[in-house]
Amino acid sequence: MAERSRNGGEGAGARERPIGRVMAQVAMVMNLDKCIGCHTCSVTCKQAWTNRSGVEYAWFNNVETRPGQGYPRTYQDQERWRGGWVRRPDGRLVPRAGGRIRRLATIFANPVMPSIQDYYEPWTYDYDTLTNAPLGDDFPVASPRSALTGKPMKVEWSANWDDDLGGGPELAAQDPIVRRLGDRVKLSFEETFMFYLPRICEHCLNPTCVAACPSGALYKRVEDGIVLVDQDRCRGWRMCVTACPYKKVYFNHKTGKAEKCTFCYPRVEVGMPTICSETCVGRLRYLGVVLYDADRVGQAASVEDEKDLYEAQLDVFLDPSDPAVRAAARRDGIPGRWVDSAVRSPVYALAKRFRVALPLHPEYRTMPMVWYVPPLSPVVDALSGTGHDGEEADNLFGAIDTLRIPVEYLAELFSAGDPAPVDLVLRRLAAMRSYMRRVNLGQERDESVAAAVGMTGSEVEDMYRLLALAKYDDRYVIPTAFGVDESDRGVIDEVGCSLDFDGGPGMGGMGDVPFGEASGRPEAASVETFHALRERQTGDGAAGEGAGGDGRDATEGRVNLLNWDGNGRPRGLFPPRRGGGTDNGGKRGPGPEPRDGGRT
Amino acid sequence: MSGFGPADLLLWGVLPYVVLVLVVGGLVWRYRYDRFGWTTRSSELYESRLLRIGSPLFHFGLLVVIAGHVVGLLVPDTWTRALGVPDTLYHVTALSLGLVAGFCTLAGIALLIWRRRTTGPVFSATTRNDKLMYAVLVLAILTGLGMTVYFAGVELAGGHTQDYRETVSPWFRSVWVLQPDIAAMAAAEAPYKLHALMGLALFTLLPFTRLVHAFSAPVGYLFRPYVLYRSRDQHPAGAGQAERATRRGW
Repeated sequence: MAERSRNGGEGAGARERPIGRVMAQVAMVMNLDKCIGCHTCSVTCKQAWTNRSGVEYAWFNNVETRPGQGYPRTYQDQERWRGGWVRRPDGRLVPRAGGRIRRLATIFANPVMPSIQDYYEPWTYDYDTLTNAPLGDDFPVASPRSALTGKPMKVEWSANWDDDLGGGPELAAQDPIVRRLGDRVKLSFEETFMFYLPRICEHCLNPTCVAACPSGALYKRVEDGIVLVDQDRCRGWRMCVTACPYKKVYFNHKTGKAEKCTFCYPRVEVGMPTICSETCVGRLRYLGVVLYDADRVGQAASVEDEKDLYEAQLDVFLDPSDPAVRAAARRDGIPGRWVDSAVRSPVYALAKRFRVALPLHPEYRTMPMVWYVPPLSPVVDALSGTGHDGEEADNLFGAIDTLRIPVEYLAELFSAGDPAPVDLVLRRLAAMRSYMRRVNLGQERDESVAAAVGMTGSEVEDMYRLLALAKYDDRYVIPTAFGVDESDRGVIDEVGCSLDFDGGPGMGGMGDVPFGEASGRPEAASVETFHALRERQTGDGAAGEGAGGDGRDATEGRVNLLNWDGNGRPRGLFPPRRGGGTDNGGKRGPGPEPRDGGRT
Repeated sequence: MSGFGPADLLLWGVLPYVVLVLVVGGLVWRYRYDRFGWTTRSSELYESRLLRIGSPLFHFGLLVVIAGHVVGLLVPDTWTRALGVPDTLYHVTALSLGLVAGFCTLAGIALLIWRRRTTGPVFSATTRNDKLMYAVLVLAILTGLGMTVYFAGVELAGGHTQDYRETVSPWFRSVWVLQPDIAAMAAAEAPYKLHALMGLALFTLLPFTRLVHAFSAPVGYLFRPYVLYRSRDQHPAGAGQAERATRRGW
């Protein structure tokens, strides 16, 4: 309360409300018009964070085709999955799955946790067959094996099984939004539309997952708003999985702990974009700082009409150019370079200045911080399909009015069903196309096109620069973390990855540990690999013959092919000889006919 | 009060303290050494239909059983008499409540073990440590429940059985004041002794198995704000919080 009474002062006479506690959030915007659904973000994210056993099924970043069921299947159906918050008649917010008492009463078995089948059962292939199959007429096939049981399984679903509307009307009709809109969404090939929706954790301002964690392991970082799980405090109660309406907290079934998108904080801390942003082929992701008034979050999240949530959230954002905001930020300990960075933030520009980015499912009342520029392409495609000029402003405006279905669908995603904000965005995008075409054709700038959507020509050109040219430095405006020196920009603390110790989950397997997988003390990763590498590079022996050759550690005999000089027959590189043959040199054991014996 | 042999001395005079040291020391050690492994290791992701019945049945049953043990072992019979509770009423209540809760616990764990054995992914996630823990846990429940059933039967048939509140309970309380009343426990009937030994075995396992999650019952959740903020610099690596290098959280 004391903070509320303190005003920022200087030159903020017109401001009605005093500025509460100013906090900074590193947020993201994705421009859906540019997403080609290539899944590069998902794959690089998986390589960076979830290529470990226990989270095979987890995709911190996934790309889903809309209309479609999403991942996990139908996660948007909150009547079933009970994620997010609900507003009680008295105006207070409680997690939809229940408040504190209810959480603890159901702690022994979470009643609405998705099962692995709702994501998909992870699998690998029996690659061994390819090399070990006896000589025969049929080409050996690596059949799928469940990663949970090791047993043969039938692959029936995965994270993007209904990609590109695969599975057709049968699968797409299960989309919770399609079900809500009813028959109006046509799923026949000629009449349908589709676009891609890449999703990561929303790093919400009002995160339900944090609220639902009985152990207090989930937290929102004060400095940059990233929502993280403290792995040492998580006790595996699984309430966060239910609470997250986006189903972006995953349960690692090997370690028994929750894991989630980290917003690649080791990279963001040193001013680098997240992996998914960095590797995005369409260059559709934007990262930047947004300053917001933390004292107003609760109030904004609990406005009565869910259609007002979008405006309420915009209202929580603070204008970093406003001197009063800058003073308040200084008061609350936000470094000057963060405020300066916020001024250049593409996220703030797209969300608040140009108003072309919208939050995903604001009706969940979590105040998500990964926003989306809805795609104009379904409209343009439909327009071009009818032989009209898809870049003429009037045509586009008319089409936005006529083609209600894509607009209504987008509104269900981005504005709690209110078509007006989506309408405005699509009109602005259409106006930008039309305005810039005149510029590119060397015609006169037509201010009326910009004015028709409430912008000026120079604003349209700024927006064009950000959306269409999208230079690297314009897309990613990330200040280095509070404690990190600017000169450390781009330098990642290599020792920091806690899972990559030798034999740890980051290196594939834990070996024999006392209390189940992933328990026990890690060894220092960099020292270990440093010595191993030096030994390989300077030693005369074959790889894997070095120190510690008693075979105690399963990973010790593993050969890094990049380091292998072709010398000898390293342990673990080839399958053991048959018939008890010794493993040295090229001498064959007295086993059966070698498989390659038929070659002449 | 001096009628006990060297075996009794070891079992009821020495063993409880060994167990106590193992439990306390084990918990401290595990907290410092293996905070990351301190979890329920839930298998709900694999299978939830049976778990949703079995787990609450077991856990709530167990909570009642634990409450019963606390009352029976810690409250002296003189206190309940002073409160005007007749012994018969006390025993009838204790036996009936104990029987219901005990059978819930047993049914729950039976269902859970059956589920664990028959559901492929759950079974492959079961460690040897888990199997040992289940064996001891089931034995402790079986000896306790068997005893309760037997004594209830005898009492119903009009016979008379030994009152644990004159043997086991005084011994249990005396252990905590470091003056073990070995003679009292030595005078207890064999089923009591067996059940007490199973209990001690179970206590020993607490810090070293997944049972450790019992010590992180999240009571504090009721009293904290919903959304937690934490500063990035609050837990710098190597601040001596735990012996291991601090894992960066996600």
